[in-house]
Amino acid sequence: MAENTEYLKPKTNSQIKNTELLRFTTAGSVDDGKSTLIGRLLYDSKSIFEDQYELIREVSERRGEEGVNLALLTDGLKSEREQGITIDVAYRYFATPKRKFIIADTPGHIQYTRNMVTGASTANVALVLIDARQGVVEQTRRHAIIASLLQIPHLVICINKMDLVGYSEKVYEEIKEDFEGFASKLDVADVHFIPISALNGDNVVNRSTNMAWYEGSTLMYYLENVHIGSDHNLIDARFPIQYVVRPYSDEYHDYRGYAGRVAGGIFKKGDEVMLLPSGFTTKIAKIDTYDGELEEAFPPMSVTVHIEDDYDLSRGDMIVRVNNTPEVTQDLEVMICWFSERPLQPNGKYTIMHTTQEARCVVKDVRYKLDINSLHRNLEDRNIRMNDIARIVLRTTKPLFVDKYYRNRTTGSIILIDEATNNTVGAGMVI
Amino acid sequence: MVNPNEKIPSVEQKMANKKTDYQLSYLKELEAESIFIIREVAAQFEKPVLMFSGGKDSILMTHLAMKAFYPARIPFPLLHVDTGHNFPEAITFRDELVERLGVKLIVGDVQKYIDEGKLVDEKGYSASRNALQIPVLLEELEKGKFDAALGGARRDEEKARAKERFFSHRDEFGQWDPKNQRPELWNLFNGKKNFGEHFRIFPISNWTELDVWQYLHVENVPLPSVYYAHKRVVFERDGVLLAHNEFTPRRPEEELKEMMVRCRTMGDMTCTGVWESDADTMEKIIQEVATTRTTERGARADDKRSETAMEDRKKKGYF
Ligand SMILES: Nc1nc2c(ncn2[C@@H]2O[C@H](COP(=O)(O)OP(=O)(O)O)[C@@H](O)[C@H]2O)c(=O)[nH]1
Repeated sequence: MAENTEYLKPKTNSQIKNTELLRFTTAGSVDDGKSTLIGRLLYDSKSIFEDQYELIREVSERRGEEGVNLALLTDGLKSEREQGITIDVAYRYFATPKRKFIIADTPGHIQYTRNMVTGASTANVALVLIDARQGVVEQTRRHAIIASLLQIPHLVICINKMDLVGYSEKVYEEIKEDFEGFASKLDVADVHFIPISALNGDNVVNRSTNMAWYEGSTLMYYLENVHIGSDHNLIDARFPIQYVVRPYSDEYHDYRGYAGRVAGGIFKKGDEVMLLPSGFTTKIAKIDTYDGELEEAFPPMSVTVHIEDDYDLSRGDMIVRVNNTPEVTQDLEVMICWFSERPLQPNGKYTIMHTTQEARCVVKDVRYKLDINSLHRNLEDRNIRMNDIARIVLRTTKPLFVDKYYRNRTTGSIILIDEATNNTVGAGMVI
Repeated sequence: MVNPNEKIPSVEQKMANKKTDYQLSYLKELEAESIFIIREVAAQFEKPVLMFSGGKDSILMTHLAMKAFYPARIPFPLLHVDTGHNFPEAITFRDELVERLGVKLIVGDVQKYIDEGKLVDEKGYSASRNALQIPVLLEELEKGKFDAALGGARRDEEKARAKERFFSHRDEFGQWDPKNQRPELWNLFNGKKNFGEHFRIFPISNWTELDVWQYLHVENVPLPSVYYAHKRVVFERDGVLLAHNEFTPRRPEEELKEMMVRCRTMGDMTCTGVWESDADTMEKIIQEVATTRTTERGARADDKRSETAMEDRKKKGYF
């Protein structure tokens, strides 16, 4: 492998300014080569330390494997190692001069839909592996459906183990066509296909010399260059108030700032805004941060907003634009993914969290259960168990300020909490 | 959603696609995320506390907390479990920092626990007070009735941390159960708990060691002098350089020598290795970190004890 010394240089200040953060999630059936691929990305981008590498080299040798098994780099917790399975989302990191990457590594096993949903919730890109020998299988469809449900903006299909099919263009094209036929039913805007060998490194970081017929980019080039600037909603201005800053000091006697993270749109000093739930209108007096005042704020910035008039806002309230308001409602239609061993209770009461708001809610109806292999709507079986996805109707004790999930992943998402155990039992997307 | 009927294509959205200037740099995005978490803790919990170890990650945490609540003071105290074997420079730095931030400092004094007979020092050459920190930490958390303890641990530090949550639930014994952690989606963090339980919160989970250094540099955050290369009398043990100090007994064959060294992590002098280095400026440190091919934990003798040392200590409540 060529030395990519470029990866070992620290960033200059101007590089830091231009380096973006990209979050992606990986999914694939067991043995499709997900661990090997992640290991390969980490290794070829020089994100592996020598002592880590030494350790896996020793283990590989001890196990009598030929070569160093890069998959060992992403081995999980001890208890999982003992059971030989991966049961949870693990986060990994690597960086190149262009971007910092956060990988949400989710186990592909059939009953772990909830892990995939968790990993997908914040991802810009979903990376789905296909074993070139197997082609599109049930798991592939499920992963793609989840990526679409969770509105991951970009989908990359890595057709792996190309070395085992003689690097055949025909095999690649067939799988690609097969997937495209199915994906046309989904709501995924941007799909890419890359033929790779995770084991040998073809088209992962370095361009493959075995597949001259492939003219697209390597996986790493794609990850470094895919346009993510519009993954946030920059239209619908939404600022959920998280915390009220009151210094109680002489110097800042009258300071009353509303701290939070911009959830959508662009806020500018002087903008006319509406306050929810009151509906009063006022103007933005200033946008404050420790580093000084800002002219404008956009997602996902954490700032402190001041308004001109003396209204008393608190956590859970929302600042929005006058002519562009979210829906203010107590009735929600959501697609829910169920996380708990205890099934969803019809008419059950749960705590609901939405942006910085919290309320109680009751399950009014289960419309249907979604078969995540076929997209079939099952109207008969309304028992919603762990890892099921269903469309349900909720009634909340107080109004929430929601957008549809496809418009805004932050103001369109909720979680449900079991009031007896305090566990997070469901994750929902507003439709 | 999956149903195409439910999707309304938006012209504005497409126009917005053309804009590229509304993009944060990765460090600003990490900062924004950490500030969000820290504010969430202040909003959701009654009595948070920030666990302060004296190291760069703790210092970063105080810097982020300061930004999160500016111009108000950080609305919770710092808790330092002091083994009594810290680098004196680190303690001086801590006291100045606390003064500057105007926050309250609580010190869990391991020496005092030993003097009172509640704890017993390990014996032998490789004796360390690391294990003694756990009961002191847990008792101080209980004494203060803290329901959320913010820590500067990162997921990239060790394999066992890769699955750690931002909001990490602990049972009434302060223990961590890998099977009983809550899924975390979007920006929604569930801090609900029963009486007696508490949370460990890790706002800088998504930062790597290099991110931390780059950020501290860009932000001009002061650090204790021991992080920069300096002359020090050291000796070598099991491939790790240890600072010569009154608390660490030496074997006869362990010879003292003076070297240019610096700390990569801050901890107990008895078990935290120092690092041969001539990086005496932030730029040089970053250059060194970027090209160093061993993990920072590799320099901690206590982590070498077993491959799963960290996970075992974590289950007991250390992290
Ligand atoms: N020949 C070949 N084998 C591969 C490739 N990628 C992964 N493998 C092998 O497939 C097996 C499963 O890989 P692993 O990464 O553990 O799969 P995971 O279960 O998806 O994480 C291992 O024996 C790998 O060495 C590839 O591109 N070519």
